Amino acid sequence: MYNKNIVFLLASLVVIASCRKNDQIPNNTQPIPVTNGFYLLNQGNMNQNNASLDYFDYASSVYARNIFKAANPNTDVLGDTGNDMAIYGSKLYVIMNGSNKLEIADAITAKRIKVVTIPNVRNITFHKNKAYVSAYGNTLNASSANGVVIEMDTATLSTTRTIEVGRQPEGLAIVGDQLYVANSGGYDAKNYERTVTVINLNSFTKIKNIDVAINLDKIKKDKENNLYVSNRGNYNNIVPKLYFIDTKQNIVKDSFNIPVSNMTIAGDSVYIIGTVYKPVTFEAVHSFNIINTKTRKAEGAGFITDGTEKNIQSPYGVAVDPVTRNIMVTDARDYQSSGNVIIYNAAGKKLQTYITGLLPLSIVFTTK
Amino acid sequence: MLIVKRLVYAVIVWMVSFLPVLLYAQDSVYNEILKDIEVTGKIQSPQITTVIPSQTLSGKRLEQLNSYSVADAVRYFSGAQIKDYGGMGGLKTIDVRGMGSQHTTVLYDGIALANAQNGTVDLGKFTLDNVQQISLYHGQNDYLLQPAYAATFSHILSLQTRLPNFENNKKYYLQSTFKTGSFGLLNPSVLWQQQIDSTLSFSINAEWIKAHGRYQFQYSANDFDTSGSRQNAGIDAVRAEAALFKIKDSTTEAFTKIYYYQSQRGLPGAVVSNRFYHPQQLWDKNFFTHTQYKKLLGKKYTLLAHFKYSNDYTKYRDPEIVTSSGILTNTYIQQEIYTSVAQKLSIKKWWTTGLSTDYIFTTLNADIDNFLFPERNNFSASHSHYFRLQKLQINASLNFLHVKDKINSSIQQEDITRLLPFVGISFKPFYNAQFALRASYKESLRIPTFNDLYYTLYNSRYLEPEYAKQYNAGFSWIKKTNIPVDSITVAGNFYYNEVTNKIIGFPSASLFRWTMMNLGKVSIHGAELNISADKKIAPESFINFNVNYTYEKALNTTKGSDTYLQQIPYLPRHSSTVYGALNHKKWHMHYSFIYTGERYFSPENIQENYLQPWYTTDISIGRELKWNNVEQKIEIAINNLFNQYFEVVKSYPMPGRNFKFIIQFKL
Repeated sequence: MYNKNIVFLLASLVVIASCRKNDQIPNNTQPIPVTNGFYLLNQGNMNQNNASLDYFDYASSVYARNIFKAANPNTDVLGDTGNDMAIYGSKLYVIMNGSNKLEIADAITAKRIKVVTIPNVRNITFHKNKAYVSAYGNTLNASSANGVVIEMDTATLSTTRTIEVGRQPEGLAIVGDQLYVANSGGYDAKNYERTVTVINLNSFTKIKNIDVAINLDKIKKDKENNLYVSNRGNYNNIVPKLYFIDTKQNIVKDSFNIPVSNMTIAGDSVYIIGTVYKPVTFEAVHSFNIINTKTRKAEGAGFITDGTEKNIQSPYGVAVDPVTRNIMVTDARDYQSSGNVIIYNAAGKKLQTYITGLLPLSIVFTTK
Repeated sequence: MLIVKRLVYAVIVWMVSFLPVLLYAQDSVYNEILKDIEVTGKIQSPQITTVIPSQTLSGKRLEQLNSYSVADAVRYFSGAQIKDYGGMGGLKTIDVRGMGSQHTTVLYDGIALANAQNGTVDLGKFTLDNVQQISLYHGQNDYLLQPAYAATFSHILSLQTRLPNFENNKKYYLQSTFKTGSFGLLNPSVLWQQQIDSTLSFSINAEWIKAHGRYQFQYSANDFDTSGSRQNAGIDAVRAEAALFKIKDSTTEAFTKIYYYQSQRGLPGAVVSNRFYHPQQLWDKNFFTHTQYKKLLGKKYTLLAHFKYSNDYTKYRDPEIVTSSGILTNTYIQQEIYTSVAQKLSIKKWWTTGLSTDYIFTTLNADIDNFLFPERNNFSASHSHYFRLQKLQINASLNFLHVKDKINSSIQQEDITRLLPFVGISFKPFYNAQFALRASYKESLRIPTFNDLYYTLYNSRYLEPEYAKQYNAGFSWIKKTNIPVDSITVAGNFYYNEVTNKIIGFPSASLFRWTMMNLGKVSIHGAELNISADKKIAPESFINFNVNYTYEKALNTTKGSDTYLQQIPYLPRHSSTVYGALNHKKWHMHYSFIYTGERYFSPENIQENYLQPWYTTDISIGRELKWNNVEQKIEIAINNLFNQYFEVVKSYPMPGRNFKFIIQFKL
């Protein structure tokens, strides 16, 4: 077991070394539309301080585990319960919910640049050299039930502005100069939030609350600058659904009877993984839906076409390579053991499976 | 009142269970066995011929372990792992022979402590101040006269509080103790036992425990070490017990007692990257009143009746969760009525039979959203036959359990009804040698707790109880010699346990919602060896030396599991305890060493989940003094002498070297 880890570490060092040629001037890396791999954030189990970062290099086909540890020897680990991850410019941003921190690392070397403490931090998005971070912890007023969105400068990595939003804010999306925040209110089973807060990023003021449905979660923008918002329901008689927001009028225009545990949008398609439980037996039924954003209709039997979806025990994350359109689905297995990432081609045929860390959640693609 | 109604119900069940045995308990031949094995007031000398293995700590030995809580003392039992979240207020639960903490019932003066909510008992809450004996039984013991519910469990941890003990024709006994030391500990206690007349006496015991609980710890990750101070780890607790005893010419033994415990404690939480501090707080108020009545009727029939009412209040406050109605504060109130009637009849000199019936009624109230207000009716019965022949002893029982729940919902959990057999045999092959072989088989259950069933909001799903089979084979040998020691006791046991329908939590829909399922199976092969030796080295000098070693292969045998045939979390393959005591005139010294081997904190046996072995050494030295008829004892103890930083539970660091001073007056 130990030897296997050494191999992984060495492999990851090889990968990093091969990426490190221009690591002296990481800020000058200009993205060109060629993907060369992806980072995968493994959430880890709560209180076990064991979130981890993997990297898959397309050219060498080496899937390297635990590269954050390898890239940052003799310093603190990534920490507890990863929740979101993104690359903006030359930097990799990792949201560590259980560790109350935002880890900022070099996007090429994964070397730590800065740690920013944010209580109960949840998600991140970017706009015009600013990062926007949602957090349950209210840094303006700790006794408030409302969460906040924190604006940070991506060059100085310091906080510029903070605004109060709804209770337990989750997903974030940007359309034009407007920030959309999906509020969950997940701490109140009897009083969930049901709005998306719209914030004007110039004035940094709330301009509208769009009423959608209770317990909102993910929010993603399509090519036409409209939004898909998912909710978790109330785990009882209100089932999880997906909603469509027209951002010109800022109203809900459409809804889909599709449960969403994770989703991503690439091209004209929304890729959705979801799970419902049968009554009485509580057997999990997974779905791998695809929605055409032009027709706003679910297409066919889902995005996995070769029948291999039945081997996926607990679908946990989904990502689509923006260039190749290969689809990555992560499997959290029994939520206590190493997971899998399964790579499908654009037509939904399985190409490869790799073993990940614990609870593989989030994937971001790196460009050359 | 519902409670009153249930009470009437309980009394009826009680009466009915009496009748059959009363009818055939007419004869009156004095039975020696009876006298021999059921004297509760005295400490039992180790009985090598018991059909199941048992371990006992009592008297001086228990005192000299200078443990702070019952949890600290229980660590010395082989096969027992204490899941310890660290510090003065940290949760401490027992897991015996790898089966999970809910397979062990904890008896306080013979009756199970109420725990329908989560099925575990925090042993850190019980100090040793008023405990005179701790025993661990891997099954049912041979006394027969015991409550039925305990017989449905795999293991029994029994705490016996002090009985009045008057020496030198005194009518009273007074004891006052003060303990202080690391963690800002202040722990005064008093014990007052008073004789009223020849059969009646009372006892009052009270203590106050206050500590800030702070200690240094080391955070290590990725070859990166930094130290921190455990914060929000304080405790402020009061415990008071008062009991009235009636003991009459060995035919009547009765007591009635009240118990109250109240505490406020910080929950210091997990130490993870960038987050060393947690502000959560917990308040407890536990009250119970317990009456026991034991009577020898005629010469062959003994009756033991218990009645207990308990009320447990818990408040939890989490300032990190602010809901629309403010900071999250939850209160829970669990109430329980426990009635038990146990009877024993000696049919022949070599044949004893027992019948016990228990009825327990439990309710749980909580101010959490969509709470289902569960109620539980728990009936249990145990019928046993015990044969004691010259070379052979056999104990065979059939235990019955029926559990019926009621919740505020249209869907109800199905009733549980099971019959659980037990058979144990002990064989003493030689007349002259104190050597015995034993073997036993037992089936037992771990019924789903209220948390398993009803914590999630609506879809309370049907859960089967966990079902356990235990096989044990072993030997005991006591040898009185002169060379090299005065006496040596050796006991060894091999066991195989199988737990099926293990209740395992899975996130459903999201990590916010967990569903419990009967999914797992665990198979445990174990071996343990206990050696104890005594020697008188000089006229007033005695040495006692003990070694325990346990090997446990506890594998996940759930078919299709990703971790099939891997060692289950937190179970070491190897664990050992060593302790030695030296008494020289008025001095006493004690040394102990506890070793817990490498473990994994998660089901997958990979490097990332590895927990280092830990081993701590504790020492103490004390002296007895006498001044104007007042006996005194002073003692100093150093625990974790070599200041090892370790974790029993991942992310919950344990204290390093710490000190304790004890001064005690006896009058």
